[in-house]
Amino acid sequence: MSNIPGDLRYTKSHEWVRSLHGEAPDGTVEVGISEHAQSALGDLVFVEVPDAGRVLKAGEACAVVESVKAASDVYSPVSGKVTAGNAALATQPELLNQDPYGTGWLFRVQTSSPIEDASLLSAADYAKYLADAAH
Amino acid sequence: MGLKTAFYDTHVLQGAKIVDFGGWEMPLHYGSQIEEHHAVRRDAGMFDVSHMAVIELKGARVREFLRHLLANDVGRLKIPGKALYSCMLLPSGGVIDDLIVYFLSDNWFRMVVNAGTRDKDLAWIRRHAAGFAVEVVERRDLAMLAIQGPNARQKLLPLLAPAHRAAALELAPFCGAAFDSWFIARTGYTGEDGFEIMLPAADAAKTWVDLCAQEIRPAGLGARDTLRLEAGMNLYGNDMDENHHPLESGLTWTVAFEPSDRDFIGRQALQALRDAGGPELVGLLLEERGVLRSHQTVMVAGIAAGADAVAGTGEVTSGTFSPTLNRSIALARVPKTHASGVQVEIRGKWHAASIVKPPFARHGKVLIPV
Repeated sequence: MSNIPGDLRYTKSHEWVRSLHGEAPDGTVEVGISEHAQSALGDLVFVEVPDAGRVLKAGEACAVVESVKAASDVYSPVSGKVTAGNAALATQPELLNQDPYGTGWLFRVQTSSPIEDASLLSAADYAKYLADAAH
Repeated sequence: MGLKTAFYDTHVLQGAKIVDFGGWEMPLHYGSQIEEHHAVRRDAGMFDVSHMAVIELKGARVREFLRHLLANDVGRLKIPGKALYSCMLLPSGGVIDDLIVYFLSDNWFRMVVNAGTRDKDLAWIRRHAAGFAVEVVERRDLAMLAIQGPNARQKLLPLLAPAHRAAALELAPFCGAAFDSWFIARTGYTGEDGFEIMLPAADAAKTWVDLCAQEIRPAGLGARDTLRLEAGMNLYGNDMDENHHPLESGLTWTVAFEPSDRDFIGRQALQALRDAGGPELVGLLLEERGVLRSHQTVMVAGIAAGADAVAGTGEVTSGTFSPTLNRSIALARVPKTHASGVQVEIRGKWHAASIVKPPFARHGKVLIPV
């Protein structure tokens, strides 16, 4: 069974979202891809993250993760303005494989609305979604 | 459900990610494709290649038949056990398949062809064999393994009867021999030294486990693809196919135009194409970050005067991330050019790549300027 931390929210396209309470301005969230997603992609060799200042709409393709085999788009789970991309991934794309919920984060977004309002999945719902998709 | 090789259950037990490949359920990797790649370049790895087809060709006129069927000349094979790489062509010069053929005796040759082309290959071979009274038999009873890497040959030895070890180690490159029920050849598709072994399917699972005990690392089709591309070896269906002939696929060296009186299928077309100055297959090294992939558009400047190539564009035929170079590399079919570099379109943006001469890496070493 895939590792799905309970304190994050998820999308059906396998991104996760973390609220950065106290660590960043209100409404700032961190975005990455799930353990399941990195495992399905295989060894990652190239990651392109959005530049700070870019304005994103929820559902917009805004990052690219490439494994040896294929390139995949990453979609922003929320609307808002990018405050940072994870620069470490430029030289260490393998962080996404090794630590997808930690040092392998992709980008941070200052959102205009709380993520609880967005149509994001809870950890339990994402786990159920993965289990259903496997059958 | 796809076809399964004799090693399938072993792959699943070892946690392989299984994918469909030419109708076969094959291991893509066993965890990390890149680590498997490095294991082959630095030590020893093994691949299940049982999905490929082994075809026996027997008859008094088998050599004469193969000199007609294949673009390379089996007349060059004098020593029993010697292998030859060749294309099998349509009259148009298009490639039906690429293959390895072993000379075993004056009335017996053995051929290994790709999995995805097995049925059309057999149909084509049988159609032409009839006129030469050559018997064509597929060996579905055999499994096939490739053991590759600088330490691969040494690590295999404990599995052989003591009496066979010296002879196996002395096999010259591109030569094979029978050792009891196994046929061992010093061939491969990785750019490293090693063996390819044909063995009874019934022995397969136990042999795999024994080889693991020799610390030969299982490697999947993912690593097989990055290794062969670094080694500058073509993949059928990517780098050549029925619509692309050997001369525009980096395979001119495999076409034996001499002796000029040998009438092989495709000769007439290739002789005309040889003088026409068409595109060529080159190696590319991406100068920027990103990954080259097949079918990306390549823009070429400095095309040779008089070339009738289309408007300066070509196409990546195989592209990947090279674990040995830590850069992206590719094979691309482009108009002949004097330029040292090209531009490649990756997701709507143009990126610079330099033209290099494959192979990119073999025998653990980078072979191009980086």
